[in-house]
Amino acid sequence: MPAGLALAFLVLPLLALLVRAPWTTLPERLTGPGVGTALRLSLVCAGSATVLCLLLGVPLAWVLARATFPGRRLVRALVTVPLVLPPVVGGVALLLLLGRRGLLGQHLDAWFGITLPFTTPAVVIAEAFVAMPFLVIAVEGALRGADRRYEDAAATLGASRWTVFRRVTLPLVAPGISAGAVLCFARALGEFGATITFAGSYPGVTRTMPVEVYLALESDPQSAVVLSLVLLAVSVLVLVSLRDRWLTGSAS
Amino acid sequence: MSAGLHARLRLDRGSLALDAELEVAPGTVLALLGPNGAGKSSALQALAGLVPLDGGSIELAGRVLDRPADGTFVRTADREVGMVFQDYLLFPHLSALENVAFGLRARGVRAGQARRSARAWLERMGLDGSASLRPGALSGGQAQRVALARALAPGPRLLLLDEPLAALDAGTRMHVRSDLRSHLADYAGCTVLVTHDPLDAMVLADHLVVLEHGRTVQSGRPGDVARAPRTDYVARLVGLNHYRGRSRGGAVELDGGGELTTADPREGPVFLAFPPSAVSLHRTRPDGSARNVWPGRVAGLEQHADTVRVQLEAEPAVLADVTTAAVADLELTVGSSVWAAVKATEVRAYPGDPAP
Repeated sequence: MPAGLALAFLVLPLLALLVRAPWTTLPERLTGPGVGTALRLSLVCAGSATVLCLLLGVPLAWVLARATFPGRRLVRALVTVPLVLPPVVGGVALLLLLGRRGLLGQHLDAWFGITLPFTTPAVVIAEAFVAMPFLVIAVEGALRGADRRYEDAAATLGASRWTVFRRVTLPLVAPGISAGAVLCFARALGEFGATITFAGSYPGVTRTMPVEVYLALESDPQSAVVLSLVLLAVSVLVLVSLRDRWLTGSAS
Repeated sequence: MSAGLHARLRLDRGSLALDAELEVAPGTVLALLGPNGAGKSSALQALAGLVPLDGGSIELAGRVLDRPADGTFVRTADREVGMVFQDYLLFPHLSALENVAFGLRARGVRAGQARRSARAWLERMGLDGSASLRPGALSGGQAQRVALARALAPGPRLLLLDEPLAALDAGTRMHVRSDLRSHLADYAGCTVLVTHDPLDAMVLADHLVVLEHGRTVQSGRPGDVARAPRTDYVARLVGLNHYRGRSRGGAVELDGGGELTTADPREGPVFLAFPPSAVSLHRTRPDGSARNVWPGRVAGLEQHADTVRVQLEAEPAVLADVTTAAVADLELTVGSSVWAAVKATEVRAYPGDPAP
């Protein structure tokens, strides 16, 4: 019985979203100016954040999975902080570091004339901050699960560590990396708290889908429902792609 | 300084204390034979540089690869060593051709040249048709040959084979074994082969080192080892009756009880060995010329191709191979009382360990 309740609790809100959606006016609302801009911005930012997370997160995952150094457990704990930290706090923290008067931001401003907050790059940074742990944890798990003897075999063939990593380790954990990247992308796409705190809400610049939904809810509730539907559709797509990944992963 | 492999392997890893000396001349094959846990695989890993030595040294073609005493250690990738792993470890995301080309690419050969060379290796192995297949689509025998080609392609000075036939079924194994033998004959470098199958060792190796509990218990040419086993393990492997005792003019008092006579008048501690086929069985005490005659009780019967191996509880205990017809004539069943007879000329005697 409690299980049924839990299921209802999880499914009914989504059902409500579907039931109350303005299906008849859906096409024109979807093609309206605000939606397209916000969706495109969201996809670009979440995509960029995912690339950033891949570039930085995979090496970090490798270090966590393979290197032994004092304080490894501490580093691992630090990596997972953004998972449990309220995103809005993350946004505040980013402002304090990278804002115009931030620890680093004041130098960026003074030396290079770079101001990050309330720009599109700020959206990417906020999303990457929140989403990176998902990627790191997924890739670290894949690396720990990979058979290291393949790396031994590569070493007996004369491969340097970098060659082993590039030509053996990475391909072997590719399914884990894809799964991590998809999770990371999904998390970045839905990011709200850190984004609105660190990047604000300028239409076309920093106003991503979740921010648009929040704002539309006050001015045009029907629009908010439509935007939510789009995000729901993207989530389902992500879920399906992960499912395929897992299925092929277990079959190979 | 010489072209071969000179190694004194000392490893100390909790349950395993390995101390073995290996000498391999170029173009020859040394087989490390021993039961599971004897330290064979650890020895290979040390030679490959996957495990650092705790003592001793490894020298290949005049170059020291590992010597803890002066801190020398050459990393695996910088040793000229090729290895065939027990389960091959072919890279699952690469085709057979790319697997074979991997070592050449890793050592800086250009892609086109590496592929041509890899293709030539696959042809030599009779695998031209399988070049584009992934390891998952190869049969066991094919995968074994791809693994061998991959290890040989970069031209290593030392080839390490870890139970290269263990993953194959019996039918494939015989075929692959003779293939492997001809490829090893063509190979100019040193080969160290690890196996627990005496037949692999006999067919493939020029020299045999038997390891038990991390120690060398016997070494020599395969034929010599097979004829004169010095431990029960080796005797079981080669299928000989094997005893330890003390001889007085050919009359040997056995350590395990009983007495046997040999035509060899050697004095002092000896090993005795004779094949189960040299033993004849009789219902009553035989009157013939055999000098060794003793009674026993059948403890087990086992069909072996066209003979039956009879396990006899007696003093000394003995294995006898007799024909199926003889089993019927003698009405042998477990528990039957019989007499065993062995001619003194069939009992080989060779020097044993000095008495402790």
